[in-house]
Amino acid sequence: MKRLLTLLFCLCTFAGFAAEPTEGGQKEEVFNPGEMILHHIGDSHEWHWFSTDDNHFTSYLPIIAYRPGQGFSVFSSKKLAAEPHPAREESPSRKRAAGGSHSEGPEYDGLMLREGKLVTVDGSKVYDLSITKNAIALLGSAVLMLVVFTSVAAGYKKNKGRAPKGIQSFFEPIIIFIRDEIAKKSIGPKYERYMPYLLTVFFFIWFNNLLGLTPGAANLTGNIAVTATLAIMTLVITLFSANKNYWAHIFATPGVPKLLLPIMIPVELIGAFLVKPVSLTIRLFANITAGHIVILSFISLIFIFRSPAVAPISLAFGLFINVLELLVAILQAYIFTLLTAMYIGGAVEEHHHDEEHSLDMQTGPAGSVIPNPAAH
Amino acid sequence: MLLSLLLQIANATGLAVFGAAIGAGLVALGAGLGIGRIGGQAMEAIGRQPEASGKIQTAMLIVAALIEGLALFAVVVCLLISFKL
Repeated sequence: MKRLLTLLFCLCTFAGFAAEPTEGGQKEEVFNPGEMILHHIGDSHEWHWFSTDDNHFTSYLPIIAYRPGQGFSVFSSKKLAAEPHPAREESPSRKRAAGGSHSEGPEYDGLMLREGKLVTVDGSKVYDLSITKNAIALLGSAVLMLVVFTSVAAGYKKNKGRAPKGIQSFFEPIIIFIRDEIAKKSIGPKYERYMPYLLTVFFFIWFNNLLGLTPGAANLTGNIAVTATLAIMTLVITLFSANKNYWAHIFATPGVPKLLLPIMIPVELIGAFLVKPVSLTIRLFANITAGHIVILSFISLIFIFRSPAVAPISLAFGLFINVLELLVAILQAYIFTLLTAMYIGGAVEEHHHDEEHSLDMQTGPAGSVIPNPAAH
Repeated sequence: MLLSLLLQIANATGLAVFGAAIGAGLVALGAGLGIGRIGGQAMEAIGRQPEASGKIQTAMLIVAALIEGLALFAVVVCLLISFKL
């Protein structure tokens, strides 16, 4: 053991130097994994399917820009698309001479794309209302959900009183699981009002998580704006269905001595308005985006090492992470739905006496009170 | 050898990115410890009372997702640092 430690110490303190990358003289384009990964997980004004050696197969999506004073401009993003990068990397002096940097594209109608963002050439205000890749993916998954669930509903109508058949029999256990385990347990007797929202949120997140894992897909639930919108919807529903009891718990938490109230009220307000939606947002966004980044990193390993020998390891790990992402897809949907149900449940529950608080109540997140299912 | 290599890389890319990298590693460590503990105690509980395994598994998954959420908060901060946002 001592010899092992001595050997380890010698290795770690041995003076060695890293080989610095040599400047210039590079014939091939340097692979930038960070840029590739950001391009794949971010939103974009064009939908890039795949590239071969000479062609980039891209669908150019419409750009809708509103400038105060100049109205709307609608045009295809092809007009603002950057020239495809050359096979050889130009030296910095040649690029500067040609004019324009790599991240700015050609301009059209006084607008141009700087690092993916729509800006005006003269710096005035422009509102980017374009149909981007994520917007199209959102509309596409909405259409998919409509198709799937109208056929499930039609199946129920057709098989009235009989056993479910077909697509209905796939979704029925899931819907019943959400109704019994999530809605009834967390919200209590008034659960039916909130079932549509809970079901929508669950299937929206699940479908979009799964769709984001397919090749050439848009990373929709990894877009913080989308997850923030879902969290804000949860917040709005919680606030609008909150009864007097809920506000009483926030502003006059039972069992708290009056002197502590100046501390407790801000803490409860921050907990209800800030921490809950922000945690919902970041949990979903970071889980999905991190998964995509890991998969893309494993694939970029092949390009960084420039050797096919890395491929088996890289593909094996990538496959493993991809399968894990399938689990994460449904788990994150379940967690979001469960937490939404718990927050709504905390907002709508009826008043119970203080004695009962300790015995058949449980405290949920941020001090909200949930009825103990085991006590009934 | 490893230490001097590490310091060279830190010098080249900037100390902020180096800090973010170490931070992300620490976050992974923390999350691993937390979720490992939960998993271990869940295993014990299932071993003691196999009939309750459904409830225990559900609760374990919920807590694991909450811990992971916290870990991902920190990962997002590290990413923000390393991309200088």
